Amino acid sequence: MFPGLMCFYGEKIMKIGFEIHQQLDTKKLFCNSPSQLRDDKADFEVRRRLRPTQSELGVVDDAAMKEFLKGKSFVYQGYNDSICLVELDEEPPQGPNEEAVEAALTIALLLNARIVDEIHFMRKLVIDGSNTSGFQRTAVIAFDGYLDTDEGRIKIPTICLEEEACRKITGDDNTTTYSLDRLGIPLVEITTDPDIKSPRQARDATLTVGELLRATGRVKRGIGTIRQDINVSIPEGARAEIKGVQDLNTIPRLIETEVERQQGLVEIRDRLVEQEIHASRITSEIYDLTEIFKNTESKVIKSQLKKGRVLGVRLRGFAGLLGGGLLGREIAQSVKVHAGVRGIFHSDELPAYGITEEDVSAVHTALGTGEGDAFVLVAEKEGKARKALEAVLGRARLALKGVLEETRMARDTKTEYMRPLPGAARMYPETDILPYVVSEELLTRLRANLPETYEEKETRFAKNYNVGRELSGAIVRKGYAPLFEELAGVVKTLPLTTVASIILDSSKHFMAQWIMPDDFRQVIIAVDEGRISKEAVPKILEAVKSGKTVDEAISEGLGGGVDLESLVDRLIAEKADFIKEKGEFAVKPIMGLVMKEARGRVDGKLVNEAVKKKIEEFLAQ
Amino acid sequence: MYRGKAAGFLSGIEVGDIVEITSEGKMFRGVLMPRNELADDLHIVIKLDTGYNIGIAVGDKTNVVLVERREPAQAAADVEIPVDPNLPTITILGTGGTIASKIDYKTGAVAPAFSAAELHAAIPELSSVANIKTKMLFNILSEDMTPGHWQTIAREVADALNNGSDGVIVAHGTDTMGYTSAALSFMLTGIGKPVVLVGSQRSSDRPSSDSAMNLLAATRVAIADCTGVFVVMHATMSDDYCLIHRGTRVRKMHSSRRDAFRSVNTLPVGKVTGEVEFFEDCGARKDGKVGVSDRLEQKVALVKIYPGMSEEILKEVVKSHRGVVIEGTGLGHVPADVLPAVERAKALGVPVVMTSQTLYGRVDLKVYATGRRLLDLGVIPGGDMLPETALVKLMHILGRTSDQAAISRLMQTSLCGELADVSRPDVFLR
Repeated sequence: MFPGLMCFYGEKIMKIGFEIHQQLDTKKLFCNSPSQLRDDKADFEVRRRLRPTQSELGVVDDAAMKEFLKGKSFVYQGYNDSICLVELDEEPPQGPNEEAVEAALTIALLLNARIVDEIHFMRKLVIDGSNTSGFQRTAVIAFDGYLDTDEGRIKIPTICLEEEACRKITGDDNTTTYSLDRLGIPLVEITTDPDIKSPRQARDATLTVGELLRATGRVKRGIGTIRQDINVSIPEGARAEIKGVQDLNTIPRLIETEVERQQGLVEIRDRLVEQEIHASRITSEIYDLTEIFKNTESKVIKSQLKKGRVLGVRLRGFAGLLGGGLLGREIAQSVKVHAGVRGIFHSDELPAYGITEEDVSAVHTALGTGEGDAFVLVAEKEGKARKALEAVLGRARLALKGVLEETRMARDTKTEYMRPLPGAARMYPETDILPYVVSEELLTRLRANLPETYEEKETRFAKNYNVGRELSGAIVRKGYAPLFEELAGVVKTLPLTTVASIILDSSKHFMAQWIMPDDFRQVIIAVDEGRISKEAVPKILEAVKSGKTVDEAISEGLGGGVDLESLVDRLIAEKADFIKEKGEFAVKPIMGLVMKEARGRVDGKLVNEAVKKKIEEFLAQ
Repeated sequence: MYRGKAAGFLSGIEVGDIVEITSEGKMFRGVLMPRNELADDLHIVIKLDTGYNIGIAVGDKTNVVLVERREPAQAAADVEIPVDPNLPTITILGTGGTIASKIDYKTGAVAPAFSAAELHAAIPELSSVANIKTKMLFNILSEDMTPGHWQTIAREVADALNNGSDGVIVAHGTDTMGYTSAALSFMLTGIGKPVVLVGSQRSSDRPSSDSAMNLLAATRVAIADCTGVFVVMHATMSDDYCLIHRGTRVRKMHSSRRDAFRSVNTLPVGKVTGEVEFFEDCGARKDGKVGVSDRLEQKVALVKIYPGMSEEILKEVVKSHRGVVIEGTGLGHVPADVLPAVERAKALGVPVVMTSQTLYGRVDLKVYATGRRLLDLGVIPGGDMLPETALVKLMHILGRTSDQAAISRLMQTSLCGELADVSRPDVFLR
């Protein structure tokens, strides 16, 4: 799929692993509230703060404490009829929910994992407010699983069962607002080793896991109910955790852009090292350059100056490194995340935006920058501008280290900086929940009721539906087994091999969730009933993707034409005696027959005219 | 800790040691964790490198190997506690539970942090409000508190106030905090400074604990211009402000919520946001020695009346106690079947005080025949007093006098705001 990339990096050097988070379709993990997301108006709000806790040595994380003392608070919205005191952290947790534990264990067994003898829930400290308690409850439930793909086995060292976090509604510097509806929904976390060999294998593996999860019938479906984070690193790079992958088809491209990004950052680092740029040369001074821009022609700066100032920093040795995208973009993203400022100007892109050549040299003079040096300007309210430039300096210093461990958000096929990777998790036991002994009886029962494995399913499909090993294999492994089985029970005349082929040929539409199963079923039924030709399926799906209903698409004639003339001829020939007997009164019954066969593909008026004409001709003979 | 079968695999190995456990072909490596005393003896718990704990079943083929001894715990770093001569000084007395905690992420153990230095590290804002002294009196669960503990606390409070503290905070478990606050209210005499009881409904090891905010609010009250015994706790489910309750009028009205503490039959006396705001006159600070009237008659019982209650229960109580507080139904009634026990109390000279299990409202024993009969038998109406406060008050009064008329008069007189002679319309279920 990406031969260039694969050749360049070889097959084993780049490290790719993933984490899948799947919501379970049960009540909440630690209370009996429904696992229900809502968008109606909340019944109540509470406002809370989360104080950093101290370690055994009495040490409190300094940055966290500073943030707390600044007054950061969290607002939680809830509903009286679907949120209880447990989510509000006003009552000790119950459970764990038996159904959720069993579903999670079933998933672990399907992934060939070894189940933990006694499950212990832990408190993993998270003080971004996404958990009302200040920690997420999580437990390892299984080890040493694996998944087989065409390109080999992928190891799954751990499977966890944990509680979902709150759903973020809005946030600014001081307050983040969350909905409590998502908090506590059971979540299974599946983590692979970083031994995935190619971007394509990564995608196939996530697809396979998705199918397996759905096969249990105990998982939630729909947008946001399954999340896959991809971990990518290259030699000399660092682990980037990519969150928010929506379309699995973008995975190969996401990995490729991430590899390119890390490679680019390594090159930038090497260049800085070559030029002997050390962290000490990136000084912290922030200069007020408002005077230079007092009479600027730049509309952007002019409007910012009404409420703010123009501040700037110099970056020695960075000339030419900010343009061309990569580092400039990284800095801009860092500024956005850490200072909430959306626009910076850097010397590589100037003069532009109404900032003139004269402005640029005035800035250079003011900053004392020379050849090879760069500068960054921010026009904003002073405090915000300072925060932004501190972020610029911070990010520039980090460029000397090359690639950083960080969490990035997928935006289409690119990724954006979110935050540094969290450090080692701080965990301690959740003493409000008793350890859960996984009994031999439970395991025996779960094993006896496991959903079919792929192997079993492939064999059964090939045999029962007579579609051949190859087609059944493709259907099962690509995750279309439920759809295929459903359609196999619906079609009457269409050969099942054709159904399978149509499904596989339409796969691109499913993966991006452009086509819903209900629509697809209608299309297959239309083929089965002869209303459209199987060749017309792609056209119909394209029309549905663009927003039409299946019926609309068919009645617009996209289903392939009907040879009205020969159809009428055939029916007149078949019913010759009847027509001779009834004369012109045969028009209506014959028209009925034609309409039945044409199945709405032709306009009734046209049929009427054609039948009338042909019968007249027939009778005239 | 570990017992029975599991303990058999752990000889010579201690909690905190790094072990390797081989079980059914897989080797697990981690730190040996403590085990809940109620849990079975068939599993060994270890903390893996990832920080997760798991329980490993022990069987015939299980093998446990000691890899490394636990490193001795490092001493906590000495933190300079800032002392500001311009700030007032308060004493925090510890009685159990935790105001602040330290978590040992290696073993998962949660240890209390109570020294002034540790409190400063956990709640740095405290140091800008007052200079803090701390003293741990005992470490018991609040349900294990006895009148003997109340006496100790009262003496220690008086001692702190008489030795330069501008206010005292008593950190207390929430379950019986209302009893202790009532006891201190009655026992401390000549008090001219605030004594504040405070606790938390969410344990202090979690970032969401209400402990720090309650303690900060309590500290502000302890240095405020007021006098008496108060309880300061969260006002709502939000971390927005705390309410100040009079020590004799407050009750834990919810088993788990942050805002569990409510003033009953009266309004809170004030609130604490950043500042302290009093809704009513809570006295002015004054100098003078604080005394302790610490004699308590511990043989006083609190009995709840219920339909079908056997007279025997009350009779037994009357026989073995020097005073009884009854939580009667409604206006203060007991079933006719129970009346003989009350008669018996009269005969034995055991004072009986009537309160109501409705908690809200006052008893009135003259409206119905049963009530009038009870009055006739010398039952002392408890007015709008909380049953728990009446219990403590009766212990206190019986500790001072055995004169029946004096007992009756004192029980019906407000000594520390525990009774009111008017029933405000705006205080119900607030």
